[in-house]
Amino acid sequence: MRKRGNSKEWRPEHAAANGILNRRVFLEGALVAAAAGAGSTAAGAEPLPVPSWMKQPGAGFSAYGQPSPFESKVVRSIAPAPNPATQGIGTARTPLQLLNGTITPNGLHFDRSHSGTPNIDPDQHRLLIHGLVKQPLVFTLEALSRYPMQSRITFIECAGNSGALNTAQAQPGNAQAIHGLLSCAEWTGVRLATLLEEAGVEPSAKWVVAEGADAAAMSRSVPLAKCMDDALVCLYQNGERVRPSNGYPIRLLLPGFEGNMNVKWLRRLKLTEGPVMAKDETSKYTVLLPDGKAWQFVFPMEVKSIITHPSPGLALRGAGFYEIAGLAWSGQGRIRQVEVSADGGNSWAPAVLQEPVLSKALTRFRAPWQWSGGPAILQSRATDDTGRVQPTRAQFVAERGLRGQYHYNAISSWRIDEKGEASNAFA
Amino acid sequence: MRSLDRAGARTMAMLTAAMICAAAPALSADGARFGAPIAPGDLSSWDISIGPDGAGLPPGRGTPAQGEAVYAAKCQACHGEKGAGRPNDVLVGGFGTIASDRPAVKTVGSYWPYATTLFDYIRRAMPFNESKSLTSDEVYAVSAYILQLNGVIGAEDAMDAQSLPKVKMPNRDGFIPFPR
Repeated sequence: MRKRGNSKEWRPEHAAANGILNRRVFLEGALVAAAAGAGSTAAGAEPLPVPSWMKQPGAGFSAYGQPSPFESKVVRSIAPAPNPATQGIGTARTPLQLLNGTITPNGLHFDRSHSGTPNIDPDQHRLLIHGLVKQPLVFTLEALSRYPMQSRITFIECAGNSGALNTAQAQPGNAQAIHGLLSCAEWTGVRLATLLEEAGVEPSAKWVVAEGADAAAMSRSVPLAKCMDDALVCLYQNGERVRPSNGYPIRLLLPGFEGNMNVKWLRRLKLTEGPVMAKDETSKYTVLLPDGKAWQFVFPMEVKSIITHPSPGLALRGAGFYEIAGLAWSGQGRIRQVEVSADGGNSWAPAVLQEPVLSKALTRFRAPWQWSGGPAILQSRATDDTGRVQPTRAQFVAERGLRGQYHYNAISSWRIDEKGEASNAFA
Repeated sequence: MRSLDRAGARTMAMLTAAMICAAAPALSADGARFGAPIAPGDLSSWDISIGPDGAGLPPGRGTPAQGEAVYAAKCQACHGEKGAGRPNDVLVGGFGTIASDRPAVKTVGSYWPYATTLFDYIRRAMPFNESKSLTSDEVYAVSAYILQLNGVIGAEDAMDAQSLPKVKMPNRDGFIPFPR
């Protein structure tokens, strides 16, 4: 508890240039100086009237709760279809800059679809496991519901997330527009290994072709080893049935792998010797390199972080104290450390990681910042528990150029101008 | 008629569910085993995967000339005349852009490593607003037309389960494994 009446100036320890404070100011409760003398008691706030909603009963009960109408701007952003005749190709992006914590509400989980969201009757839906198995099996939803279930909190990131930064020019978008193909939920379902073992995997099987029940019957080849490791056949998303835009009634969850492989509306798993070379693992979702070769089967989303606060659209209101907050994640493990910089990466200080820090889940980081009111370039840099460090943009470009389209994970920057406005910059 | 079909499907679904429930106790000695065995012949309508070796390709045949008619009727509105693209993906050309400093124009001809992928994708996903409506002959034919527009096969080359997997795509060796 803070001591009262002990006037002293607030002099927090600086940990990096341009106002980044030592994170201990969070941990030790040393966020403010003790109240000064009479001068600090001068009136600043308006007098307090009793509001109208305290004078009559509020609304009744609702069968399915909705956010406050005052939060009506907290919505996904939907890119217009390139062709009005082909609706359902596109994205709905999560408003990362308007959320906090790490769990994405189901109505705001990002959605990337290739042929719209099917309206699937769960009583008629079936999951088929066949191919190189001893006994092909069909599962109803009712049958799947009888298996022991597991839950895990897992991020899903579209391979194309942040792809707008594969350009020479900085981009005008906000965090949602640039990085919003990223969400995190608690997913609950049956271990895929359990179902595969029931069917009996033949020794020659090395891959599993997963296919959705959408109009495109979107399909991807997944290594069998991943399916036997931590893959889940998910029925629930944040406690309720998986949302239609995220795969109702069944979604395949491949923790840490690129979003497209987490096949929605899962209807079929075929065990094969080799990959099927589907459209979405050859013509799309391959990373073109400067020499004309392309990486194929780029499965894990590599270590990455972004700052959500401050960010474009969340203007700073005058010099002073701000929390820099953001999200860090790795498809290859747990976040070990996030560092922040306010001078474009010249000096860094460690941020506080919000518990729990889970493998292949979003991790919230926070760092204290005393903004001088002058220009700043904010960056974050994540390290995971395999030792992989998020690359600088220069390192990223040196390895693969800017033609890759997918799997962009370089350090990204927000430039803060003297008005407190934030915008994307390449630094 | 439609509602009758729906009711019929629902009855079938309920019957199937009832059969699984009835069968479950007999299997309970093996632990949690709730999958219903299905004979390979009964799942063939679902197995639409085509391997790069041609495994799964159905009977049928089509020539570029036959495919041109299918393309004009079913594909051109979105993919442009002769696969030039716009408003949707470009299908033809782009040669020389993949290994260059210019923007990469990834088409069936310039980028796709396997011709079998073309058949697989058209059959499962195209035409966009009425997927799975083309006959196997039509899918072979329109695949042949797109390959011919790209100069990958000749105007007289018919595509079928034997010839399609043998088509050597120009960018067949353009892909390397991710190093991490």
